[in-house]
Amino acid sequence: MRFDTPATTNPIDQLKIVGQPIHRIDGPLKTAGKAVYAYEWHDPNTPYAYGYIVGSAIAKGRIRSIDVTAAKNAPGVLAVVTTDGVGELKKGKYNTAKLFGGTEVQHYHQAIAVVAAETFEEARAAASLVKVHYAEEKGVFDLAAARDTAVKPDDGEPDSAAGDFNAAFETAPVKLDQTYTTPDQSHAMMEPHASIAAWSGDELTVWTSSQMIDWWRTDLATTLGIDKEKVHIMSPFIGGGFGVKLFLRADAVLAALAAREAKRPVKVALPRPFLMNNTTHRPATIQRIRIGAGRHGRITAIAHESWSGDLPGGGPEVAVQQTRLLYAGENRMTAMRLATLDLPEGNAMRAPGEAPGMMALEIAIDEMAERLGLDPVEFRTINDTQVDPEKPERPFSHRDLVGCLRTGAQRFGWKDRSKRPGSRRDGDWLVGMGVGSAFRNNLVVPSGARVRLDRGGVVTVETDMTDIGTGSYTIIAQTAAEMLGVPVDKVAVSLGDSRFPVSSGSGGQFGGNSSTAGVYAACVKLREAVAQKLGFNNADDVIFADGEVRSGDRRITLAEAAGDEGLVAEDRIEFGKLTETHQQSTFGAHFVEVGVDVATGETRLRRMLAVCAAGRILNPITARSQVIGAMTMGVGAALSEDLVVDKARGFFVNHDLAAYEVPVHADIPHQEVIFLDETDPMSSPMKAKGIAELGLCGVAAAVANAIYNATGVRVRDYPITLDKLINGLPELS
Amino acid sequence: MRAFSYECASSIETAAKAAASTDGAKFIAGGTNLLDLMKLEIETPTHLIDVNGLGLDRIEPTPEGGLRIGALVRNTDLAADERIRRDYGLLSRALLAGASGQLRNRATTAGNLLQRTRCPYFYDTNQPCNKRQPGSGCAAIAGFSRQLGVVGVSDACIATHPGDMAVAMRALDAVIETIRADGTTRSIPIADFHRLPGKTPDIEHVLERGELITAVVLPKPMGGKHIYRKVRDRASYAFALVSVGAIVQPDGTGRIAVGGIAPKPWRDEAAEKELPRGAKAASTRLLADARPTEQNAFKITLVERMLSAVLAEARG
Repeated sequence: MRFDTPATTNPIDQLKIVGQPIHRIDGPLKTAGKAVYAYEWHDPNTPYAYGYIVGSAIAKGRIRSIDVTAAKNAPGVLAVVTTDGVGELKKGKYNTAKLFGGTEVQHYHQAIAVVAAETFEEARAAASLVKVHYAEEKGVFDLAAARDTAVKPDDGEPDSAAGDFNAAFETAPVKLDQTYTTPDQSHAMMEPHASIAAWSGDELTVWTSSQMIDWWRTDLATTLGIDKEKVHIMSPFIGGGFGVKLFLRADAVLAALAAREAKRPVKVALPRPFLMNNTTHRPATIQRIRIGAGRHGRITAIAHESWSGDLPGGGPEVAVQQTRLLYAGENRMTAMRLATLDLPEGNAMRAPGEAPGMMALEIAIDEMAERLGLDPVEFRTINDTQVDPEKPERPFSHRDLVGCLRTGAQRFGWKDRSKRPGSRRDGDWLVGMGVGSAFRNNLVVPSGARVRLDRGGVVTVETDMTDIGTGSYTIIAQTAAEMLGVPVDKVAVSLGDSRFPVSSGSGGQFGGNSSTAGVYAACVKLREAVAQKLGFNNADDVIFADGEVRSGDRRITLAEAAGDEGLVAEDRIEFGKLTETHQQSTFGAHFVEVGVDVATGETRLRRMLAVCAAGRILNPITARSQVIGAMTMGVGAALSEDLVVDKARGFFVNHDLAAYEVPVHADIPHQEVIFLDETDPMSSPMKAKGIAELGLCGVAAAVANAIYNATGVRVRDYPITLDKLINGLPELS
Repeated sequence: MRAFSYECASSIETAAKAAASTDGAKFIAGGTNLLDLMKLEIETPTHLIDVNGLGLDRIEPTPEGGLRIGALVRNTDLAADERIRRDYGLLSRALLAGASGQLRNRATTAGNLLQRTRCPYFYDTNQPCNKRQPGSGCAAIAGFSRQLGVVGVSDACIATHPGDMAVAMRALDAVIETIRADGTTRSIPIADFHRLPGKTPDIEHVLERGELITAVVLPKPMGGKHIYRKVRDRASYAFALVSVGAIVQPDGTGRIAVGGIAPKPWRDEAAEKELPRGAKAASTRLLADARPTEQNAFKITLVERMLSAVLAEARG
């Protein structure tokens, strides 16, 4: 199905099941511990071996030699595979750093060997016996120091401009020119990377934890130099990813190589410290923002420049993305520059671009509002735009940022915010409120699905879509149930298997809308097949409801329609030019109240509110879960998350969950989420948009602005830890 | 983790003897720290002596009016004990500020005193660390030091003792009772128990080979207001940037021990004499010999402000 004209009325609009607050259908499996995650896959008749990774102890250089004698002789060891032993391997399309193979070391903890043994403990013990001799080389690890060496990237759209920024900024009566920094961040999901690889002849099956089945399948085949058709990937349950499981990782490659060598299925999980230095992270940024405005608050000039770093062949963190679209202003420019750093690979983490970009931009907007003497909600409202400000002929498909800001202000009690920073006190707490817009583009990605109808009237959906904790199982079931007029418990959903049609996968907040649109397309085909089989003219004359097909006086149950042989339909949604003619984005507003301890500078959240305008909400329960999780991640970004670079040794030092601090329950006392009731017919037949990343974008800045409101201390360097506040706090008696 | 042998000790005497006579032996109680370190091969004992079954899990009154806390009393039980809560509130609060419910259920009184630093370089066996591998150097001093020590540190090591309980024990002047391999016993004031790093940061306390902690003795209750204030980047489940354990008497005198800033709970009785003159005077004296890094210099200001807040709370 090609989607290139806005959606009109369709069966989803009935909203009997879609849009309803249905609990996740995989919930009972998960709460009972019966959902089988990658590492837990277990066939009692299979003699699994256990693999353990050896990572590079240096950040940059070459392997001179690897001595595996002791490791090979250790108890239980079945195989030792080394990076120099396997030689150069082809790199997957989506990988910047190589995952394995050859003698070059590109970053700390890059995989250089895997040991497979009878037990996990034996493999781990033997891995520590692998002796590596390196030729270490000097690397570049400090973004601030490398900033001047940064260049304009070859790919993408590093620069943009409209009007004459310099002239307009020069003459603007009110101006801001500030620099903000965001640190490297780790995805820090609960489930580590894990794979089990089993060879059968030249065919390989891998149970893994992947957000994108087809990308993994393709890149694993490329890396191993085998035919993609010989690779079977399974990833039915995923314990979080946030982007770090978008692209093939070392666990799958090492498991496959070790299994080939050991002639046994091998399990490999990456130990927690390897998450930070072996995989990918959100790159640090330095961002300069300049805003010029007239005295009444209309922006006349806005510029956003960002510097980030990556390994050779990598790309920039697209932190200026939202500034091209979020606020009006005739004269504007954005630019991204990329430095070469020898740290681990920087890549997508939840809301890549907008998450760090909004961390900077939304503080700048708060600062500018203060200079103008305007309420920050009002300042944002004044500068709303209904068109792409760089290309005014291109309208937004649907945009209600102002509705989010106004609703939020009213519901949060924004009018009670003290206009004078540092003036509201509650015992030992300095109390403040902050706001940030939320913005994240809505991406649409082709997505396929197969739908079966059996003689029991059960609908089975098969797609290689993944559920990374987001609720894909549930919204896909809701979509099929709505389309075919059956209750959700008559729908079975099978995901995460490369034998199924290729879907959008999970990432970039495109999965929910895109994958359900793919299921919609397949269901339209199935409805037609049913109608045709029953001799109806076409599916449009037919009502699918209550497990029946009705047309005029005729009523036939779906079970009867399916017959003994059943019916099957497969289709794929593909998106046309609507994304070019219209800008599709999602909008919101984050409101935050914090207390800052007057003595110590400890910041503690008091309450948070997100108002979201993101098209149709397919399931308010799972959508809310996405948003509160994202808000929590935003609090981490604001207050504690910081992958600390050792600038001499070239690695992320705090590489475990004790030292890389994400929020705990005690940090998040009260969250509220409001969804504005809207649809976006330009996005897909579902009229839905992304929500999972919107919930993150703008949160950290809202916290930063609340801290400023509480204390009068403006911190432009994340995370906002107490050491950055303490010298600005009031004298104690 | 390296392979190791394991035995359950049958008495404190045989435990101490076995530990002294077996190369590479270590006691194991709760194991909440030791097992983690063994998995990372930071600790590589070849023999573990399990002391959990030795009956050292009671809290009993002493003739002097204090309490003798068995070495194996779990953190949860100690924090919840009615006598501790009534007469040594500081200790109960310090315990509850640490770790998580699950860990406190397992962690023991003696083990808590012996827990090792959380310096990230100590935890990464690819990095130099004089504490883990004597003579290899210290990567932390010029590296990521925000969490680390500002006072009592040396050119060889700036690691901190990470615990909360020990800070309270130091303020309370607890005494550690042990048995040695030869069967003799001794009492070690907590002030003398932990060693400063100097040139040998791998030696962290005064226990001899085979010496087993059997109890920690608290003096008779000393009244006053008991305050434990722990400052960290998140609200729970994090080690202290700075923690202050205080017992303040109505006349303004008191005891102050500080965690998160030194290789041991940091207390200076001379600084306590300054307390009636205010937080600044006391903290200036307490940190007179501080030598912070650029990243952890904020701890100096933080200690002073925390002391100020604690004294205000005590007055209030």
